[in-house]
Amino acid sequence: MPEKNEDIRIGVFLCHCGSNIAGYLNMEELAEFAEKLPHVAFVQRNLYTCSEGGINEIKKGIKEQNLNRVVVASCTPRTHEPLFRSSCGEAGLNPYLFEMVNIRDQCSWVHMKEQENGTNKAKDLIRMGVAKAALLEPQEAIMSEVEVRALVIGGGIAGMTAALALANRGFEVVLVEKEEALGGMLNRLNRLGPTMMPASDLTAEKVRAVTGHPKITVFTHARVSEAQGFIGKYKVDIETESGVKKVDIGVIIVATGARAFVPKGLYNYDGKRVVTQLEMETLLKDGLAPGINNVVMIQCVGSRNNERPYCSRICCQTAVKNAMLIREQNPAARVSILYRDMQMYGVENEEMFRDSKARGIRYMNYSPDRPPEVEPDKVRVYHALLGREMELPADLVVLSTPVVSQEDAEVISRLLRVPIDENGFFLEGHVKLKPLDFATDGVYLCGSARFPSNIREAVAQGLGAASRASIPLSKGSVVVEPIISVLANEDACRGCGLCVALCPYGALEIQRTEKGRKVHVIDVACKGCGVCAATCYQHALSINSFTDQQIRSQLEAYLG
Amino acid sequence: MLDVGRHPNIELLAYSEVEKVEGEAGNFSVTVRRKARYVREDRCTGCGACAEKCPTLVPDAFNEGLRNRKAIYSLFAQGIPSTHTIDADHCRQMNGKKCGICAKTCQAEAIDFDQKDRILELNVAAIIIAAGYDVFDPSQIPEYRYQEIPNVVTAIEFERLLSASGPTGGHLDRPSDRAIEADIEEMEKSAGKSQKALVKFEEKYGESSAAFYEKYQSGAYPDDEDRKKWADKYADHLTVVEPLEALRKKAEGFDVARRLAFIQCVGSRDFRFYPFCSGYCCMHSIKEAIIAHEHGPDTTSTIFGMDIRAVGKGFEEYKIRGGNHSNITYVRGRVAEIVEGPDNNPVVIYEDTRERKVKRQEFDMVILATACAPSKGIAALVKTVGVELDPYNFLKTSPLSPVDTTTPGIFVCGCAESPMDVPESVAQASSAAERAAEIVFQTDLIKEKAVA
Repeated sequence: MPEKNEDIRIGVFLCHCGSNIAGYLNMEELAEFAEKLPHVAFVQRNLYTCSEGGINEIKKGIKEQNLNRVVVASCTPRTHEPLFRSSCGEAGLNPYLFEMVNIRDQCSWVHMKEQENGTNKAKDLIRMGVAKAALLEPQEAIMSEVEVRALVIGGGIAGMTAALALANRGFEVVLVEKEEALGGMLNRLNRLGPTMMPASDLTAEKVRAVTGHPKITVFTHARVSEAQGFIGKYKVDIETESGVKKVDIGVIIVATGARAFVPKGLYNYDGKRVVTQLEMETLLKDGLAPGINNVVMIQCVGSRNNERPYCSRICCQTAVKNAMLIREQNPAARVSILYRDMQMYGVENEEMFRDSKARGIRYMNYSPDRPPEVEPDKVRVYHALLGREMELPADLVVLSTPVVSQEDAEVISRLLRVPIDENGFFLEGHVKLKPLDFATDGVYLCGSARFPSNIREAVAQGLGAASRASIPLSKGSVVVEPIISVLANEDACRGCGLCVALCPYGALEIQRTEKGRKVHVIDVACKGCGVCAATCYQHALSINSFTDQQIRSQLEAYLG
Repeated sequence: MLDVGRHPNIELLAYSEVEKVEGEAGNFSVTVRRKARYVREDRCTGCGACAEKCPTLVPDAFNEGLRNRKAIYSLFAQGIPSTHTIDADHCRQMNGKKCGICAKTCQAEAIDFDQKDRILELNVAAIIIAAGYDVFDPSQIPEYRYQEIPNVVTAIEFERLLSASGPTGGHLDRPSDRAIEADIEEMEKSAGKSQKALVKFEEKYGESSAAFYEKYQSGAYPDDEDRKKWADKYADHLTVVEPLEALRKKAEGFDVARRLAFIQCVGSRDFRFYPFCSGYCCMHSIKEAIIAHEHGPDTTSTIFGMDIRAVGKGFEEYKIRGGNHSNITYVRGRVAEIVEGPDNNPVVIYEDTRERKVKRQEFDMVILATACAPSKGIAALVKTVGVELDPYNFLKTSPLSPVDTTTPGIFVCGCAESPMDVPESVAQASSAAERAAEIVFQTDLIKEKAVA
């Protein structure tokens, strides 16, 4: 902590950014203005503060002018704050005694035609930056060790792939599977599209590799019953048939897969004459019973409706694959697929779709407002493209039901403090940029736990999640910017837990202390977003470098 | 991009090409040509002062040629690295003319007209190919009349038109209208010039050109050479001004495009070109239609497709939201032909397969959802690197090893492998990184053992 009576000496560096700033703002006036601000001991203008010359000037200023706070008024902290901070550090100043003021992106660039107003705005911004800089306190980066061991929950194709990938890189892996055997959904499948290889071949190969790997410990018929901690340091309890095993874990991969929806009460589903595609896999595996000459498949049974609005992605390809396998076992069989849109995205699926048409699979479009009707021995459908009712004889009706989330998804979600979406699938950190990460550091996801995936996709995601999880494992530690939440006023905290409920990163927890229930910040998990501090009506929580006092000083400086 | 540019473990070799690959998994030697930028990377700060002063205009490929860039440029505003590059084909100085304005402007002294290509030799354990794809050129489909009808654009061109930093600042100005506006600008320039010359005559003779011309035409000034020049100038002037007025009047009626048609499977699911489904185009069209509607709440969009493949997480919901809240109509059918109607309006001719009727519908603009075409340079690249392609010219992989190419130690991700959207590309990039890291780990292990 700085001495309270410390003589504060602020250096202000004004960057011209070539002509990006200097071409539109009056830099001389800004320099004169900055010199008169409280605590400012030194002001310098640079053509490019970020150039080697500019950086050397900052370092020289710190040493020769005894500066103990640095303000750079230039471009955006997004690109340049790390550089300026580390330069301060190199000159012996704590890097967090640096403040950046952006007088380019939202100032000179948008006020190109109004020099006076733009210059005045830059003055306000600089005055605010200087006011805050005077109150900055040194911070130290937070480092925490990482237990070099991964937990993979779920032993299906995605989980096994992730476990193997990590183990092949020398990391210890604990794999937990709730069923008696590894394999997950693979165990119930017949053959895999588009190559039509038997699913059991893949399962056997993967299970052999996983169980034979010296770095992988497998627990089957087991479940994770407790997971306390945060990235690098999880204490996990695994309930097994031979009692509870306690393991220390660094990172966690959620590969819990999904289920097939059971269409009770839909289309006269009975599991015998009207079956699901998943049941069809078993029928095909056992060999199709004789006398099944007419098969009708119905797509989107229980999906793309009000109850389950999503398209479950893999049911169309499954139907096409099974349709072809039916024809392979009984070349005389007539197979019709009643569909809304054939979702045969990509190269391989579309290829299989084309191939199936060449092999005589018939496709009929139906509209959800006139769905097909299943009757004994036949299916009645309004063919939306021919515009007439058709009657299709059916010895077997196969319903393509969607992939739905696991029954225990919610339990796991609570256990690991990671979110699930409105359809019950696990919700990734960012749908586009972080598809395999949770918002919480140290927890990752892959396969159908995230969203319905075929084998190719589950394998790719298993590898990808392993890659993401391997980053903290290979570093052996996590280093976090110290701009995080702190319990600045412990007495004020009433332990109400509002902040805990709102924290998107699982970085807060309530602990029992001598003074009662108090919030505790898990510093390595905190991202400094400020939601907790903004919410805390007791003002007990505060964000380093964005304290109430610092922000108030900025506002006061602005208001004059 | 920023993270890549700033990461201490990543050496970014932009504007470079791989020329040779030798060796095997764990030990590849790679020869890389670093193409001369004629700008020193170690000095250029990316400030852009050079581009501002450069006098040479070149069609801007990043903006699909919809506007111009300079002969010294950075590919786009947020490009990483921000280092500028001189386009040697168009630069005046590099083509023997007198210029060098950029060198005089650059305060960082970064311009180096004598820079040469440099050859780098790298030793790496694993290689990842992420060479992307090309946009299918729809002018190969004669019935869609792309390029013939100005208001038929590709989805990528439309993306630039929608962009706030694009050539129209995000306004859906129609290409035909923009062309006329460009003509008006040109004609105004030339009319301004001739006007200046006429003013001189008017001052000299003390009467207006129009009044003089009337007299001249009735034979008032025979054998007056000077007045003949004036009359000729005025006649020339009229040939510009009259059509200019007509165009200006026409331009007054210009409006942004409000009736949009999106045509799916342009080049995809088409036996003449690419039989595969490009995967992302349905969602791309829906997104563009929703954004267009955000720009103008009375915008309506019709998406013509065989199947609307909204198969990703939240996609079907997004599609339905587009229909309910963004004036999108989905029509099942493949468009047969596009013809030009009145006011440069494209007219779409199609069969609505649910109504079994052939219909014609007029739009302000038609957007072609073009296929994900394998990258043009990929054949040469895979020959250099030594991996195999599939029949369509994507890199060959197998369903159980989705990022492994046919050569150990060489991996692939993104649209070089097959068409895919952003989340899938991001996930697959991590997969490829994982496989590459396994090779690096094993290589290190072997080295350690050798040392021990």
